[in-house]
Amino acid sequence: MSILEINNLTFEVNNKKILDDFSLKLESSEIHALLGTNGTGKSTLAYLIMGCEGYKPTSGEVVFDSRVINDLKIHERAQLGISMAWQEPVRFEGISVKNYLALKNKEVNPSSYLELVGLHSELYLNRMVDKSLSGGERKRIELASILALNPKLAILDEPDSGIDMLSTQDIINVINVFKKNGSSVLLITHREEIALIADRASQMCYGRIICSGEPQKVAEYYKSRKCLVCDGEVCLYV
Amino acid sequence: MSELEELMKAFGEAGPDKGIFANKEIAHLVASGHKVLSMRGIDGLEVSAKETLTGISAQVTVKEGVKIKNPVHMCFGILHKKGTQKIKMDVRLERNASAHFIAHCIFPKAEKVKHIMDAVVEIGEGAEMRYSETHYHGFYGGIEVIPKAVVKVGKNGRYFTDFTLTSGRVGKLEIDYTVDAGENAVAELIARVFGHANDEIKIKEKVVLSGENSKGLIKTRVAIEDEATAEITGITEGNAAGARGHVDCMEIVKDKAVAKAIPIVNVTNSLAKVTHEAAIGSVDKRQLETLMAHGLTPEEAVDVIVKGILR
Ligand SMILES: Nc1ncnc2c1ncn2[C@@H]1O[C@H](COP(=O)(O)OP(=O)(O)OP(=O)(O)O)[C@@H](O)[C@H]1O
Ligand SMILES: [Mg+2]
Repeated sequence: MSILEINNLTFEVNNKKILDDFSLKLESSEIHALLGTNGTGKSTLAYLIMGCEGYKPTSGEVVFDSRVINDLKIHERAQLGISMAWQEPVRFEGISVKNYLALKNKEVNPSSYLELVGLHSELYLNRMVDKSLSGGERKRIELASILALNPKLAILDEPDSGIDMLSTQDIINVINVFKKNGSSVLLITHREEIALIADRASQMCYGRIICSGEPQKVAEYYKSRKCLVCDGEVCLYV
Repeated sequence: MSELEELMKAFGEAGPDKGIFANKEIAHLVASGHKVLSMRGIDGLEVSAKETLTGISAQVTVKEGVKIKNPVHMCFGILHKKGTQKIKMDVRLERNASAHFIAHCIFPKAEKVKHIMDAVVEIGEGAEMRYSETHYHGFYGGIEVIPKAVVKVGKNGRYFTDFTLTSGRVGKLEIDYTVDAGENAVAELIARVFGHANDEIKIKEKVVLSGENSKGLIKTRVAIEDEATAEITGITEGNAAGARGHVDCMEIVKDKAVAKAIPIVNVTNSLAKVTHEAAIGSVDKRQLETLMAHGLTPEEAVDVIVKGILR
C-alpha cells in the first residue's frame, strides 16, 4: 500500500512553476531516492509534503496514509507520522542535544540515537544545538532527532551534504535503520553511493520527474546528463 | 516560625539549600525588609551589615590573594504585600582574590513593594568576581525593582554577572549597570527576563573599555508577552588600543507586547573594535517549523524556543 501519493502537484511562485504537474508514489517501508540538479525543486517538494508556511500547492494533492493532507498544518502532519530533516537545519539557543532528541517523547534514550548517527553520546548529550556545533554535527543531530520520532515517512533532504566523505557509510547506516524500523524514506541526495541503497529512485528536472526506476539505472541516466523532456545533452526544460 | 525560616520557606527550591546557614565554610548574608536576619564571614572574607531607616547597608571584602571556594549566598526579600527595601552594598575584591556570589531576591506577595539596590563593586588587579542574581516577584506584578551597580575592574581583573527573572511576574524593572574595564580586564554582563501582562522592563548596561586589550560582552535575552514592554540599552565604549566589545541583544515578542533595543557603540580609539547585533521580533519561523515537524504544536514550539533563549 502507498504511504504517500503526490498527485499532479503544481506549485507556482510569481507565475513560475517550481513544481509542474508532479506525481510520485511511495510504498510503505520503501526508500525512494530523489536526484536532480541544483534548483530543480527537490527541497520545495519536501516543504510541500511537510506543509511549510508559504508552500501551498497551486493545484494537485498530497495524500498520506489514504488521507488528503493539503489543508493540514505542519504539526498535524507530523502527528500523522511525517517528519523531515532540513537540508540546512536551524540552530537553537539554550536547547541541549539531550532535550532536542526528546522534544516530543520524553521516554526516548537520546544516547542510543546519537550513537546511531556516529556521535559519541558522552561528548554531545549536554552540548547545545546552537552555533557551537559544526555543520556536519548539526546535520547528524537532526537525523538522530528524526530517527527518535520513528516516523511513518521521513523526508531526508540531503542527509549527506556537509558530511565528510569518509563518513558516507554512517549516513547509509542511518538510512538503513529507518528502513529496519519500518519508516518510508524520501531520500533527496546528490551522492550516487547513497542513492544506490534505495529501493527505487527518480530523477527530477525543473519540477518534474523525468526518469524513475532502479536506483542504478536512474543514477546512470542522471550521470549521462540527458533529459528526455529537454531532449538535449543538458536539460533546458524550464 | 522565625522570620528566617519563613523567608527560606518562601524561597523554596529557588533559594539556597538550608544547610548553608549551618555550614561554617560558607559565607552568607540574609536580609528581610529592613532587618539583617543572618550573616557570616569566613577566613579571608569579611561581611558586615547594618540596618538603616530604609533598609540595609552592607560591606563585603575578599582579602588579597584569597580564593573563596564555596559560593557566597546573599538573600534579600520582603515577605509582606507592601514595603520598601533599599540595599546599599559595597563589594571589594582585593588583588588576586576571587569569589562567586549568588544572590536570591524574593518578593512573593508583592502588591506594592519597592526594592532598590545600590551597589559599588571594586575588583582589584588580577581578581575575579562572579555574581549571579535570581529574582522571584510573585504573581501580582505590584513591584518595582531598581538595581543599580557601578563596577570597576582593575588590571587583569575579571567580572561576570548574570541576572535572571524568568518565572512569575516582573512588575517594573529598571536595571542600570556600568562597568569600567581596565587593562586586560574582562567584563561579561548577561540578563534574562520574561515579562507578562503589563510588566515594564528597562535594562541599561554599559561597559567602558578603558584599559588596553580589555574585553566586554553585554548579552541580553528578553521575552515579552501580553502587553508587556521592554527597552534594552546596551552601551559599549572602546577607548583603548586592543579593546574588544560586543553587544548582543535578542528579544522575542508575543501578543501586543512592545520591544525596543538600543545598542550604542562608541569607539574613541582607532585600535579598539566594538560590534553589536540585535534581533527583535516574533519567534523565528524556521525554528518554529522545525519543532512543529517534530510534532510540537505551535504553542509548545514557542514555549520551547522562549525557554531556550532564557536559559
Ligand atoms: N519561495 C520561493 N520564492 C522564489 N523562488 C523559489 C521559492 N522557493 C523555491 N524557489 C526556487 O525554486 C527553485 C527550486 O528550489 P529548491 O530549493 O526546491 O531546489 P533544490 O532542488 O532543492 O536544489 P538544491 O539541490 O540546490 O538544494 C529554485 O530556483 C529556487 O530559487
Ligand atoms: Mg534543496
